[in-house]
Amino acid sequence: MKMLINVPETVVADALRGMAAAHPELTVDVENRVVVRRDAPVAGKVGLVSGGGSGHEPLHAGFVGPGMLSAACPGEVFTSPVPDQMVRAAAAVDSGAGVLFVVKNYTGDVLNFEMAAELAEDEGIQVAQVVVDDDVAVSDSTFTAGRRGTGATLFVEKIAGAAADEGAPLDRVVSVARQVNGSSRSFGVALSAVTTPAKGSPTFDLPAGELELGIGIHGEPGRERRPMMTSGEIADFAVDAVLEDLRPTGPVLALVNGMGATPLLELYGFSAEVHRVLGERGVPVARTLVGNYVTSLDMAGCSVTLCQIDEELLRLWDAPVETPALRWGR
Amino acid sequence: MLDADFFRRWMAATATAVDREADHLTELDSAIGDADHGSNLQRGFTAVAAVVEKDAPATPGAVLTLAGRQLISTVGGASGPLYGTLLRRTGKALGEAAEVDRDRLARAFAEGVAAVGQLGGAQAGDKTMLDALLPAAEALGSSFRGAADAARAGAGATVPLQARKGRASYLGERSIGHQDPGATSAALLVEALAETAADGGVDA
Repeated sequence: MKMLINVPETVVADALRGMAAAHPELTVDVENRVVVRRDAPVAGKVGLVSGGGSGHEPLHAGFVGPGMLSAACPGEVFTSPVPDQMVRAAAAVDSGAGVLFVVKNYTGDVLNFEMAAELAEDEGIQVAQVVVDDDVAVSDSTFTAGRRGTGATLFVEKIAGAAADEGAPLDRVVSVARQVNGSSRSFGVALSAVTTPAKGSPTFDLPAGELELGIGIHGEPGRERRPMMTSGEIADFAVDAVLEDLRPTGPVLALVNGMGATPLLELYGFSAEVHRVLGERGVPVARTLVGNYVTSLDMAGCSVTLCQIDEELLRLWDAPVETPALRWGR
Repeated sequence: MLDADFFRRWMAATATAVDREADHLTELDSAIGDADHGSNLQRGFTAVAAVVEKDAPATPGAVLTLAGRQLISTVGGASGPLYGTLLRRTGKALGEAAEVDRDRLARAFAEGVAAVGQLGGAQAGDKTMLDALLPAAEALGSSFRGAADAARAGAGATVPLQARKGRASYLGERSIGHQDPGATSAALLVEALAETAADGGVDA
């Protein structure tokens, strides 16, 4: 497998050096692996901190900036960051109004953020946490680590980020974040397995004529494997899986997300099919975002995330945002 | 009796064992996880061996609490907090004694293992590191060698289990038939303890 890297050990640091060079509006601490918006801490504003394993770019560092995250801490590839990074990020963005940790529900992320929250509170920083768990492919959470956090992370970070930017207090930012998570569901499919830099070969074997349904974002196999389907058939399957669980009674936000190696040509085509299915099911779509946002290195495939919104959430979604990977309205 | 130097040698022996077995751990992890358990622990225990050598804590408890803190700061993922908690809590339970005997270590280790269970919310049979640690903690009351054998047997016994915690749990039935990487690395830690004891001429 050919990769555009120097050595596996430095891929994260190398990427952060590149981010620093391309985005002078961010403060990138390459050594400690913390990316902070340049003007932090913003007086009176709740700080929003997220992080997780690297390999999901632009999540999370690509979402740092006005209107979204205050800081992000990237871990090793597919490995959660360590508490030291999170505490450093919290300290850098706390203006006294408190800090919200946005955590994807994966065991490592949850444990490290919990430890970080305790350490940050020891330093006098008020910390709240919201755990994102939107993946309907994990159905029986009694016998698993619970639903994974995937595409809804972007919705939570954008909408809670907008609330924080408006000066909402910590408890309000927390309740907005929880509402978005509670109203969002996702389902993902893989057309190819992922190759991590450290391993250098695909982490699971997916034959050419098959696809994997219900995958997460770490190259872990999904809940079932089938012969390859058309874009329309995949949209039927994925959207129905989401709707079966979400049962929206009003308009939704839709994220049609690429896993990293699927071109926009295919993603837009898939988005058309997602719109067709939602139309057939009588679900109005208020906004659609199409692109590679919550990725899994070089995995081919896509995921659908739907969030049932009300007027307030839609207003916050439309609010200006200015980050490396998401920007509008400014 | 076991002094701070013994615990430093235990940490160094674990670092050596993890180094040697890193590829194997990663191979096990690629079957049911995300293929980084070996490299993550390698990074952590290399840092542990270095810091306990450099800071030379004076008591067994201080060696283990420092080692635990170092793991939490360097590993990430789930293994960082879990292994970090195991060593930190065992170290805390050892208190400030300059020397401890195996019995005292066995009791402290059991507290550390219990803390791991609490943090991860896992139980025996969930196909996690606890499946090696719980039998090891019990056997440590009798002998070092017995603890190592119990840990290894516990790790082997995870093969037919279905994972209920951690990332492997998402595989459901497809996790059956693979040895748990966390239980395997936990067995390395306990085997390193037994080797350190044997090398130092401490009772079997």
